[in-house]
Amino acid sequence: MEDLRRRLDGVSWVDLFLWGLRIVIILLIAVGAFNTLTSGKYTITTWISLSISGLAQGSIYALIALGYTLVYGILLMINFAHGEVFMSGAFTTVFIANYFNQTGFLNTYPLLAILILMVIAALVSMSVAVLLERIAYRPLRGAPRLVPLITAIGASFFLQYSFRGFYGSGFQTYPTVTALSGTFTVGKVTIPVVQVVVFFAAIALMSGLYWLVERTKMGKSMRAVSEDKEVAALMGIDINRVIVFTFAIGGLLAGAAGVINGLYRPQGVYFFMGFIPGIKAFTSAVLGGIGSVPGAMLGGLFLGVIESIGPNLVLEGLGIDGANQLKDAIAFTMLVLVLIFRPQGILGERLSEKKA
Amino acid sequence: MAHMAMMNKTDEAKFDGRALVKFGLLAGVVATYVAVIGMIATFSQRQVVAGLLTLGQVLLVAPPLGMAYFSARKMAGESGGKILAAGASIGLLTTLPLIGLIILANNTNIRIMFVNISPQLVNILTFGQDSVFVGVLLLLVVLALASVAGAGLTLLPARWRQALVMGVASTLGIALMSELFVVILRERLGNNFVRLFFQSGVMRWYTAVGIFLIAFGFTLFWQWRGTQMRGRLQQFTAPRQKQVRWSGAGISGIILLILPWALGTFLSEVLNNVGLYILMGLGLNIAVGLAGLLDLGYVTNFAVGAYVTAVLTTTSQYGLGPIPFWLVIPIALLAAMLTGFVFALPVLRMRGDYLAIATLGFGEIIRVLVLSDWLASRIGGPQGILALQNPSIGNFFFARPEHFYYIILVACLAMLFVSVRLNNSRTGRQWMALREDEDVAAAMGIDTILTKLLAFTLSAAAGGVAGAIFAAKLGTVFPQSFNLFVSINVLSIIIIGGMGSIPGIVLGAFLLIGAPELLREFQEYRLLIYGALLIVVMLRRPEGLWPSATRRRELQDAMDLTSHLGVVHSEVISHGQSANPSRMD
Repeated sequence: MEDLRRRLDGVSWVDLFLWGLRIVIILLIAVGAFNTLTSGKYTITTWISLSISGLAQGSIYALIALGYTLVYGILLMINFAHGEVFMSGAFTTVFIANYFNQTGFLNTYPLLAILILMVIAALVSMSVAVLLERIAYRPLRGAPRLVPLITAIGASFFLQYSFRGFYGSGFQTYPTVTALSGTFTVGKVTIPVVQVVVFFAAIALMSGLYWLVERTKMGKSMRAVSEDKEVAALMGIDINRVIVFTFAIGGLLAGAAGVINGLYRPQGVYFFMGFIPGIKAFTSAVLGGIGSVPGAMLGGLFLGVIESIGPNLVLEGLGIDGANQLKDAIAFTMLVLVLIFRPQGILGERLSEKKA
Repeated sequence: MAHMAMMNKTDEAKFDGRALVKFGLLAGVVATYVAVIGMIATFSQRQVVAGLLTLGQVLLVAPPLGMAYFSARKMAGESGGKILAAGASIGLLTTLPLIGLIILANNTNIRIMFVNISPQLVNILTFGQDSVFVGVLLLLVVLALASVAGAGLTLLPARWRQALVMGVASTLGIALMSELFVVILRERLGNNFVRLFFQSGVMRWYTAVGIFLIAFGFTLFWQWRGTQMRGRLQQFTAPRQKQVRWSGAGISGIILLILPWALGTFLSEVLNNVGLYILMGLGLNIAVGLAGLLDLGYVTNFAVGAYVTAVLTTTSQYGLGPIPFWLVIPIALLAAMLTGFVFALPVLRMRGDYLAIATLGFGEIIRVLVLSDWLASRIGGPQGILALQNPSIGNFFFARPEHFYYIILVACLAMLFVSVRLNNSRTGRQWMALREDEDVAAAMGIDTILTKLLAFTLSAAAGGVAGAIFAAKLGTVFPQSFNLFVSINVLSIIIIGGMGSIPGIVLGAFLLIGAPELLREFQEYRLLIYGALLIVVMLRRPEGLWPSATRRRELQDAMDLTSHLGVVHSEVISHGQSANPSRMD
């Protein structure tokens, strides 16, 4: 009895509110999903193809999310401008992709052309990320937390409007690659080739990164620095080099993601295109446990699938019109919910221990 | 201070040929960047001195001039000839990337990608010469002269340098605002008088020289007599000083009252926008500046205020009223406070950067919701809500910007009063304690949850009122007005003006909202400049342009501490503050 009372005293009304919120949300999701599933409006094949396109989209989020997670793991800061790093690669390469398309290079050697485009985009994004670190973040290392965040917001707008100045404010479109435009059928489900290619390209890049972090000397240094900077420095690791390397790798992946994204969704390439993927990738990183590399991959795929099936599954069941318009709202709601209820994310146990 | 001096000394020792090349090329990269993003071409449309100088040209010579000045300062103590030579070489080095740019523009069709590398830009860079060779030579000479001038500035005695800088700055400032002066002068003194000094809205060369000489002379005079005059004011007896201060306040009060009629419709509209942002800036300042809660979703409160007003005062099919505007204001205020309260509840346990991103998420959720079909039957979706009733007193309707000015003025003054009182209150000190260290604040017996809720709720109130006035002023509400940029504008005002500083916010609103509206050329590059300013302010002057005294002292202490203890210890400090971004107790 005494024990129970003490426990109740520790619970404030804010906790009660949060518990209430949690129950309401779970109920809403359950009711929505139940309504939709019992209405029989969608067949199992619809769900499968929605999930596959969600996985393809999610693998792009995962690639960008890795940039957030790597930087956070080492500097404990959110590189708010990472969405713009992604944009810089994607926006620059769209012109080269169109040039390749005009000369016919893209459709005669699609694999080679796409590889070249990915390398160019990766280099552009990498340079932007490294410059960002050098100019905007390095001088502020050790400053109070909000200071680099504000710089990052400034850098984000600076980059957006610089690229608007470079390439104009119009929308550009990636060319369609004929080799990727077909579909194939497994059982009853029709799958676009491009989704499969996007998914596996992203997985290949992520495996490369995993190998780099787990098996190389540089990866070892990165893990050491994220574990404890001071001790790592005492062990003879050049911390600045590791940090620059981390930003470079994050930029590299984001740039490659820019081209992959262009294959998957050719339209809407413009200077503000990095904002929403940036926030969604951040959500993925938090979802998987920020600071954890496999977490970011998992979080990205998870968010992609939820975003893809969520509107139809939950919102329609709740009788909300135009559910697909609210796709972005789902992602942002996810972000807020994760930050409230499980800020350490799915795989974030280790990090929360370390920082406590 | 001693620390700074030491740093300068080590830099001086390192300043050699390599540094010179680095600085010169850096200036060149900056100048090329400004050219490639199209700023030079855009700014060339505005003349500073009729037929002689455009703003684009000022922008072009600014990087080498500034860079030469800074490098020359680092060379202090060297012989004058050496400094001037260094300046000249910086100017010449600056030209190299620009020449590359000209060659690229003339020989490739790079314009497909970089839209602003146009023949027009080449024309500006070569000063309109037909022969590119002559043009490039001219560019070399002009930039070298500019950087020699920049380096030469350091050789002048301080008071002459100050007077010179003041003279140039005032001439430029008045030149930028010349259209405004022309409008005002034409009404008072007639067209012929204006034409004598201005040529279609641009200063004539002798006007520019005159303004320069006046500002130059005045600065010199002020340096000579200024301290004496200030001393005399301090010698006044206390009641006399009070009298002076009150009459000053009285005069500014009268000016504030007649301002819209003196300035006309367009400028009143600009003032109104500035006023709304002052209102929101003061509001957000409670959360960001005082309590240290970085809220990136301030637009939420603005949108709630505006939509509540729209729904309650419109005569269209979405209306629930119409209710008089004066009743709607308190309703909008309460609605915004409620929104602030509800949105604050889930984020109470989050810290710093997580809080920022979560509030950003809220702002985006609101934007998606007001645009969606789901709520369109209530609030009009993308079409917005039209036909809002104008506020009225008796038979007088507030319809023109000049009328709304008074509503905004009253709201701003009220908010100023609240802010000043809060600043010096117990609650205000609790917020500041929270900002400095949450754990310590809690240990001192501050109820952090209530304090944070209060900060969010009060901060939201100002946003709601601003939204309500905004809706009434436009007479319509469109979802497009409620985007991330509102939040970013308000945040930039606070940070650039000075976090927690009330005069800083007023200054920030005039600089960041007022100035770009007067200078059309700046509009396009507004967010670019904000972004750059946010970075520069954080790097060089984290206390803002007009800091509050306490904040400056605290930041100074923190900086000293960091620099003395070195990196390792400051890391420990920042870890201590930030451990576990969202601790669940």
